Amino acid sequence: MKKVLKPLIAVIVLALIPWAGITYGKLDYVFAIVIPYAAAAILVLGMFFRLIDWIRRPVPFNIPTTCGQEQSLDWVKTNPLECPSNPFMAAVRVLSEVFLFRSLFRNTKAELHGGPKLVYGSHKWLWLGGLAFHWSMLVIVIRHARFFLETLPMPIGLLETFDSFLDVTVPAFYLTDALALAAITFLVLRRLSDEKMRLLSLSTDYFPLFLFGAIAVIGISMRYVTKVNVMPVKALAMTLAHFGFDAPEPIGVLFYVHLFLVCVLLAYIPFSKLVHMGGIFLSPTRNLPNNSRARRHVNPWNPDIKFRTYAEYEDEFREKMKKAGLPVEKQ
Amino acid sequence: MSNKYALKPDELKKEFEQKKPRLLKGEFGGKDWWDLPVEFRDGNWCFPAKPEVLDELHFANPRKWAATDKDWQLPAGWEKTIRDGMKDRLKRFRSFKVFMDSCVRCGACADKCHFFLGTGDPKNMPVLRAELVRSVYRNDFTGLAKILKDFSGSRTLTQDVIKEWHMYFHQCTECRRCSVFCPMGIDTAEITMMVRELLNLIGVNNNWILAPVANCNRTGNHLGIEPHTFEQNIMSLVDDIEDVTGVKVNPTFNRKGAEILFITPSGDVFADPGVYTMMGYLLLFHHIGLDYTISTYASEGGNFGMFTSNEMMKKINAKMYHEAKRLGVKWILGGECGHMWRVVHQYMNTMNGPADFLKEPVSPITGTKFTNAKTTKMVHIAEFTADLIKHGKLKLDPTRNDHLRTTFHDSCNVARGMGMFEEPRYVLNKVCNVFHEMPENTIKEQTFCCGSGSGLNAEEFMDTRMRGGFPRASAVAHVREKHKVDSLVTICAIDRASLPALMRYWNPGVTVYGLHELVGNALIMQGEKKRTEDLRENPMAGFGEGDDDE
Ligand code: SF4
Ligand code: SF4
Repeated sequence: MKKVLKPLIAVIVLALIPWAGITYGKLDYVFAIVIPYAAAAILVLGMFFRLIDWIRRPVPFNIPTTCGQEQSLDWVKTNPLECPSNPFMAAVRVLSEVFLFRSLFRNTKAELHGGPKLVYGSHKWLWLGGLAFHWSMLVIVIRHARFFLETLPMPIGLLETFDSFLDVTVPAFYLTDALALAAITFLVLRRLSDEKMRLLSLSTDYFPLFLFGAIAVIGISMRYVTKVNVMPVKALAMTLAHFGFDAPEPIGVLFYVHLFLVCVLLAYIPFSKLVHMGGIFLSPTRNLPNNSRARRHVNPWNPDIKFRTYAEYEDEFREKMKKAGLPVEKQ
Repeated sequence: MSNKYALKPDELKKEFEQKKPRLLKGEFGGKDWWDLPVEFRDGNWCFPAKPEVLDELHFANPRKWAATDKDWQLPAGWEKTIRDGMKDRLKRFRSFKVFMDSCVRCGACADKCHFFLGTGDPKNMPVLRAELVRSVYRNDFTGLAKILKDFSGSRTLTQDVIKEWHMYFHQCTECRRCSVFCPMGIDTAEITMMVRELLNLIGVNNNWILAPVANCNRTGNHLGIEPHTFEQNIMSLVDDIEDVTGVKVNPTFNRKGAEILFITPSGDVFADPGVYTMMGYLLLFHHIGLDYTISTYASEGGNFGMFTSNEMMKKINAKMYHEAKRLGVKWILGGECGHMWRVVHQYMNTMNGPADFLKEPVSPITGTKFTNAKTTKMVHIAEFTADLIKHGKLKLDPTRNDHLRTTFHDSCNVARGMGMFEEPRYVLNKVCNVFHEMPENTIKEQTFCCGSGSGLNAEEFMDTRMRGGFPRASAVAHVREKHKVDSLVTICAIDRASLPALMRYWNPGVTVYGLHELVGNALIMQGEKKRTEDLRENPMAGFGEGDDDE
């Protein structure tokens, strides 16, 4: 349980920092301007270095995991998505992974029955939960663009309209808010309820979930419950968007907690498992075409190896070979 | 069947019955995985390599030891050796680095590994298997995680960690099933390969892997068969073929100027039931009048180097091209084998190519160009035979296999490291009349390992093998019950060696066959005598003396 409590406490402590800082330290400027810039810089530079660091390392062998029929004889039906034979299809494969979580879609659950016998069932909950979580997060992030932009571009406006089509509350209720919260809850409960998941999860798996949860809950409460004054928030966002350094007008402390946790999240990404957002593009088992017999893949550090040549072999076995009537090079 | 390294089937069955439907074994009561002890006992570890073998290979730390020893006599400074080795591999393999960094511990892979399903040991969940290394990586190679030690689950490298690595990276058959389900494409097999390399640096190893490696190096094949014996063995198969069919086939050896060099795993030359598959190849080649030769020097398709280190894999594989060049053949045809084909398909041309001295493979019988093997110049026999059948070049009588009710086991390397599913099925369906697929989640890319791949086919490892093979056996049991299947057909030499034991254990009465053995049964050879027996000299249904007059 320590594994769960520690990150929970960590998030609470993190939430208290801006609260104390604003209430007692009057550190508005630090939390409004300094920390956001620092977090953004850490995110951008951190991700940049991580990616460079990965890309610099060679891919010595062409090792895609082939999950479908390869391209072979003309009349054999191939599966170009699961076993791409060219870089284009490999890219499609990666994108289907990024946008649709294709591999997770395959997920099954194994169960031991009497017999003994193993039975497999389709198990798409993780796929659904993951997809709901990631997509609603994306929509929420995009929605926030309205704070940073003078005029709202059409697509974002459209997105918002769709998102709030239920229109049950004032202000209009966003579907993705509920979806995100539900998904986070599911992901946490999933880790807690399944014995296997409990065992393999680390504090670093719970921490980001709690962080996301806290950010979402505070965001939602600002919108529907405590109703933060939007004007100064918008002004601050515009300042940040224009790389300005003007001190903000007074905003409620809840907003600073929200903002600070977002900053923590941004800065945390490059140093944690959240880098998977970059890693997924660079996985050699997914992003390479399965054409290693048709096209030569080059290993930049291919070592020079001394192997046992035929001549050495014949030297050892010549007499036996001759006796057996096997052809030899030297008599 | 009795083996002192495995429970009796009934005892193991009972154990499984008791833990159902829970997959995990043991109560962990809130314990963290790193607090669970490693326990070596009879049947779950392979004997380490003998000092002579290590000397011959110039490998580190030759000594007499056993996994159950308290002190493993690791060489002085072994921690540094491991750390440096890790650093070096992180630099050379993007896969290793990315796989260390980007697992989200979603657990999608957890119940996909046959060793987990069969043992219920949590550290056999692929994600935890990788975490065994990742925890050290986080400690030694990343800044932040080290500070937040407890938080991020990082830990210090100790002898106990090495013991754990040895146990669990020799309870992974590099089958890649986990990789199919991972949203990040993390391939635990790749991590296993890295860790085995690291362990070899400090003399922690497996005799069943390294002895074949030493043999391959010296004699060309992993059984250490010398050239004259190798030839004699095949010639005795030639006699057996004549007994059964009345046809005399004439393979040639080390013949310069042949059009095609044929290489198959040496298990097909020496071990039962692989030899029957070999007889199938020989009949096929005779049937179509192929101009081919077999080499005694490059007499091993399988490559145990792959389970040792990248350099060793290259060294052993180099013989294929070397011999093809010396003999002046046009291209190479490869027999039925799992890891041989993973190496040939994904590594060979990169390591030992370009093979400019060979020609782009063309079937001399049908004229089909194998464009998918354009630069490696090596064709899989299932592709080759499928093409022959498609073009109507084989005279086949599938009723000669009517005494068999078959199912097909995809070998993991061919399935997930090559992507060949349809060709062997096409051939199988043309040479026999009764074929039933095992359940969907256990075939093709989701196929289950035999539980003994990647050099774990050792006798003393029987307990883990029978557990690891349980998912495969369970799927076979399903088609056995439903369709009375009694023949398990495969295209892998390790399968031919390991599945018979697995079937005797879980599904007595199911026999293991190679694909080309069935081809050999079905081929109507020119000048053959009346065939009443299959290549194993078992009576064929409907061909006996009594059923003479159709
Ligand atoms: S499926 Fe992949 S990302 Fe998920 S836990 Fe397993 S290795 Fe990690
Ligand atoms: S590669 Fe195969 S044996 Fe190894 S962890 Fe993955 S599923 Fe298990």
